[in-house]
Amino acid sequence: MSKPHDISHRDYTGAKLGMWLFLFTEFFLFFGPVLLYAVFRFRYPHAFIDASLKLDAGVGALNTVILLTSSLCMALAITAMQRGRKGLTLFLLALTVTLGSFFLVNKYFEWGAKFAHGLYPGGEALAGNADGTAIFYGLYFFTTGLHGLHVLAGMAIIIGAALMVHEGRINSTDFVKLENTGLYWHLVDVVWIFLFPVFYLVR
Amino acid sequence: MAADNTRGIREGYLASEPGKGFIASWLLTTDHKRIGILYLFSILSFFLVGVVFGLLMRLELISRGPTIMEAHTYNAFFTLHGVIMLFLFIIPVVPSIFGNFLLPIMIGARDVAFPRLNLLSWYFYMAGALLALTTLIIGPADTGWTFYAPYSLRTGSSVSLAVFSVFVLGISSILTGLNFVVTVHRLRAPGMTWFRLPLFVWSLYATAWIQIIATPILGVNLLLVMAERFFGIGVFDPAKGGDPILYQHLFWIYSHPAVYIMVLPAMGAVSEIVPVFARRVIFGYKAIAYSSIGIAAVGSLVWGHHMFVSGFSYTAAVYFSLFTFFVAIPSAIKVYNWVGTLYKGSIVMDTPFYFVLAFIFLFSIGGLSGLILGALSVNVHLHDTYFVVAHFHYIKFGGAGFGMLAALHYWFPKISGRMYNKRVANFALVFLFIGFNTLYFPMFILGYEGMPRRYFDYLPQYVLWQHVSIVGSWILGASIFTMIGNLLVAAFRGAAAPMNPWGARTLEWQVSSPPPKENFETIPEVTRGPYDFREGA
Amino acid sequence: MDAKETKERIVGAPTLFAVWAALLGLTWLTVDLSGKGMAIFVLAAPFLIASAKAFLVVDYFMRLKYEPSIFRYIFLIVFGTIAVVSFLVYQDVAYRQ
Repeated sequence: MSKPHDISHRDYTGAKLGMWLFLFTEFFLFFGPVLLYAVFRFRYPHAFIDASLKLDAGVGALNTVILLTSSLCMALAITAMQRGRKGLTLFLLALTVTLGSFFLVNKYFEWGAKFAHGLYPGGEALAGNADGTAIFYGLYFFTTGLHGLHVLAGMAIIIGAALMVHEGRINSTDFVKLENTGLYWHLVDVVWIFLFPVFYLVR
Repeated sequence: MAADNTRGIREGYLASEPGKGFIASWLLTTDHKRIGILYLFSILSFFLVGVVFGLLMRLELISRGPTIMEAHTYNAFFTLHGVIMLFLFIIPVVPSIFGNFLLPIMIGARDVAFPRLNLLSWYFYMAGALLALTTLIIGPADTGWTFYAPYSLRTGSSVSLAVFSVFVLGISSILTGLNFVVTVHRLRAPGMTWFRLPLFVWSLYATAWIQIIATPILGVNLLLVMAERFFGIGVFDPAKGGDPILYQHLFWIYSHPAVYIMVLPAMGAVSEIVPVFARRVIFGYKAIAYSSIGIAAVGSLVWGHHMFVSGFSYTAAVYFSLFTFFVAIPSAIKVYNWVGTLYKGSIVMDTPFYFVLAFIFLFSIGGLSGLILGALSVNVHLHDTYFVVAHFHYIKFGGAGFGMLAALHYWFPKISGRMYNKRVANFALVFLFIGFNTLYFPMFILGYEGMPRRYFDYLPQYVLWQHVSIVGSWILGASIFTMIGNLLVAAFRGAAAPMNPWGARTLEWQVSSPPPKENFETIPEVTRGPYDFREGA
Repeated sequence: MDAKETKERIVGAPTLFAVWAALLGLTWLTVDLSGKGMAIFVLAAPFLIASAKAFLVVDYFMRLKYEPSIFRYIFLIVFGTIAVVSFLVYQDVAYRQ
């Protein structure tokens, strides 16, 4: 107990507690639009179901599988780092980022298809529409866009962590930064796990 | 101990760091105390800007019709006054200045859990503040600080930038709260159990939780407003089937608890000061600690009382009115416990204590007028009148603001290592108190008689009380500038302050004034409660 | 305070792969069930399955299972807030005049 309380000491639990608290703020960030979705779903049930049916659940499911697999790679990367296998860690991190970019490419084509049909805020298919369809697409683009930005941010953070692994600043005895990177990436996954049914499956 | 009293002033954390320039030693510091000072100067500067806006708004009303500005300018002024006073001043003031400076010392730690994150949150604060002031140049928002949709979606003023500045300030607030929660959980000194924590720490802890939970909801709401303005996503726009009342929900889900972000830390500071000047253990330590958590919890359930006349459902209105009455309970517990502490105490009258007495008086008026507003039927009559303006100024300025000033005068010798001129401070306080009541009490009357808020003109029957209120604003303005001038003079020329000028027992008074770098030579072992005034304890 | 330097628990690769397989299975299930059955089931099933998936990710990938109990209490605060906020907003939108 009399151990000096050095501020530079490694407090893994403290660092992870901070990260979890941050993740909860991110979670609440997405809670806002989902709450709005629930209200409008209640108010315009038919318009929301019709609009949802125009989304391709297959593409959504594929994206879900991609993100779940990338999450697996991230979790495996931490296990590999704990066991001191640096090369494997870097490979798994690269795989995670690649899968993340697949997700975004997929999303790009999905959005592109909607734009081609004029289904975007201010688009011709939704102009002057007040029956709830415009709201559905407004929320769809806002929420998936916000999520996409988080995917992008997560990829940037993973690349940063990979560089630190490469330099040895993250190693088998000091890997809390990698763990926190992983926590962020998994949060992006968890958010998608909920957004997928919200927009694609409740019909 | 005696040697400490004569220590030089430029010692401790204020001593210059070898090998680091003056600017770098401040702007790149990760010392929680220096970051507290950065906040102190930036927040108080913005406060003075906000005061000037307030004084000008009052001055505009000195005669009917346009006097010194047009209606549109008046709208911009009350918007900026609100944004500055709320987001730049009263929300961050106590946690960011005093929390940063004192929380680690009070729990016996060398710094907060994440020192670099702490500095980052100051940079977020400054970025948000400068963005908010930029709107002043490129066309200030005219929506009021609440940015209500649908007007905020349509007005040509720079709402997007103003909203974004608040978003950035929110990030700063979240990071500070997160840092405090982890610090309190992980860095308490040996023997510093939860119930030996000073009550100020308890209140900061409760506040930090609100900051973490509520702020993101405001953040996403503001992002939605920006998305509405740039892309027209339609959720708040009735023309597209959206619902502006949902904006109000998301806004007040944060902004009502934000009132407790403002007032809880101030209450915590008062809970520190009262036992020190009553020279006895605080009455009902656990009741005060739990009531902080209670205020944080119940205070998160009352946001709808801002929306009683918005057209939302009566069912919801009944719930929100009920919870509004509930939240008065933990607040009253605190007031009774402070008064209970004073009862039969060996009271020492000194400057910080006078501030606390003013706080208790003004906060009680603010709280009781809140109950009047919380009643549904009365609210319909008083909604959006000067009565509301008077009520929240009594809470935010009379409560949180006076609590902050009490904290400033209580901890000033510790922070700066110098003592201010108490006579000037006392006089400034008396005039501040008089000015405050002359300024805001007539607003209760005006509001009851039907004067709506945010109007830049008024009917002839309101002339008398408007003029009384304006005179009050001059007294208040003069005393604020005197008070801050007094402290500024003391910060550079004041006499050296002793280590423990008030005879307090909490840890921050057991280190030198100003505190040394890293706060403690060795981390103290805590063996007693924070308000143990027994001899030899 | 001495618990600070506790040894990190390593979650083995077989566990992670098993969790991943379960997640894929649940994804298949939720897509397959989508839009089938009674109205209440259509609404509830996707969210129950999503909650199960989130639970798996949080407990194993994010290792919440192996963290001190304080982390779980924080979850309760978050869920409590969401439940109460949703309830109060519902009181408005469901009974609007």
